[in-house]
Amino acid sequence: MKKTQVAIIGAGPAGLAAAIEIARAGGEVTLLDENHKPGGQLFKQIHKFFGSGEHRAGIRGFKIGEQLLEDTEKLGVNVLLDSPVYSIFEDFVIGYTHDGREKAIQAERIILATGASENALAFPGCTLPGVMGAGAAQTMINVHRVLPGKKIIMVGSGNVGLIVSYQLLQAGADVVALIEAAPEIGGYGVHASKIRRAGVAIYTSHTIQEVIGEDSVEGAVIVGLDEEWRPIKGTEKFIEVDTVCIAVGLSPLAELAWLAGCEFAFVPSLGGHIPKHDRNMETTIKGLYVAGDLTGIEEASSAMEEGRLAGIACAESLGLYSEEKARHLKEKVWARLDALRTGPFGERRRDAKRKLMDLMEGGADIG
Amino acid sequence: MAKGIKKTGIPSWEELKASPGLPDADRLEEGPVAFIECVQEIPCNPCEDVCPFGAIEVGSPITNLPKLYGKKCTGCGLCVAACPGLVIFKVHKNYTDSTSLVEFPFEYHPLPKTGKTVRCVNREGKFVVEGKVVKVRNPKQFDATPLITVEVPKKYFLEVRSIERKRWC
Repeated sequence: MKKTQVAIIGAGPAGLAAAIEIARAGGEVTLLDENHKPGGQLFKQIHKFFGSGEHRAGIRGFKIGEQLLEDTEKLGVNVLLDSPVYSIFEDFVIGYTHDGREKAIQAERIILATGASENALAFPGCTLPGVMGAGAAQTMINVHRVLPGKKIIMVGSGNVGLIVSYQLLQAGADVVALIEAAPEIGGYGVHASKIRRAGVAIYTSHTIQEVIGEDSVEGAVIVGLDEEWRPIKGTEKFIEVDTVCIAVGLSPLAELAWLAGCEFAFVPSLGGHIPKHDRNMETTIKGLYVAGDLTGIEEASSAMEEGRLAGIACAESLGLYSEEKARHLKEKVWARLDALRTGPFGERRRDAKRKLMDLMEGGADIG
Repeated sequence: MAKGIKKTGIPSWEELKASPGLPDADRLEEGPVAFIECVQEIPCNPCEDVCPFGAIEVGSPITNLPKLYGKKCTGCGLCVAACPGLVIFKVHKNYTDSTSLVEFPFEYHPLPKTGKTVRCVNREGKFVVEGKVVKVRNPKQFDATPLITVEVPKKYFLEVRSIERKRWC
């Protein structure tokens, strides 16, 4: 069986950043991803990122992705693409498939950076062609350069809903409306301002009642919600659209962590069931680390920092870094992470993360 | 009608006036100046980094709202292109006796041509007035965030914030 020092599952921003850290420390890394190309969601992000210079703020996401790929190549990270991992067995044997064949690789350490998947929303007509996740629409326009529709309604005002609406406008579609069930816009005001200037109407306290169409989407009926989030009769409104994009949050892709036997905590504000982890991003299973959206839904900049953290801690545990050197490096990453998790948007995530990490303090059951 | 950035996606006048990124009334009279409509504490500071004159301060934590030092601002517009949120504008109130200039980021295709008359819109995307494109800047340094300057009647310089984009569909 093939062996590797560190196996990283998921080549998105967190996995790539972790791979770079370990390779830089002199470790040998194998990075597995189910997709045909590495980069995860980064290559769909055509907007300029927030943060500060050290987070590469002001740089467009796909360019950050290009830089990460260049670094992994230079450092000689072994990347296995088209290789979906289906399980983690005893002694860190990883089962995956490639080219229709079953394969296995054994690692001394594993970092899970499997990301998240889009939440669905059920309503009459939600199975009609033309109803899709906002992430799917983003893949179509920014990766494949295909316009999913001409007149679009976006459901959900988190940053995904707002950013994808903007990018749909840039791609030449018309976003007729954006609706949000909560009484306030969820994402950054600057993203909302951008699409308002472009003429997109935002309806807060509204939900989608049904989507109408024979073989595909022909229109959507939206309805106002009262303070108890119940539909208000008489406020129904028909909007002619050919596409409905759903951006109602993400859930961590935690299957492999479950299979590996990690202990979990349920943290709604981070997206659901999260594998417990400490400040080194190590789970309740010794030698198994996690990073990125799997550890709580945030965004790419934090995912990269968490990947670095897991990478450094992993390298330390392999003896590639002295304790002192590792502490120094980790402190720098933590300072950058804390900076990203300040302000009214970040504090909630920071507090939830802290609570989650506190769960590990009490001497959790180790592997 | 509820107002404000969280409700409508548009900063209210109260929110704008409370923001430290707006030039004061005297500075507006003196010539082109940055007009920073950043009203939410999000972790972001490229505006501070890009300003060659130290006219914008975010400091630490990076969620501080950017503070504009109007006296140091030369109206170069670098921050307008650098703001990832696209909420910095440049205004030149007294361009002529009767007109002002407004410069804004515009990441849509096609870009208008200099000299053309365009339909200018407000923060809601609603038509306000026709204006003339006096400049389109799109150097490599701006990384695909072109800046457009329109000349509009003076009374609209606080209102005009973009132009109608071409409808492809």
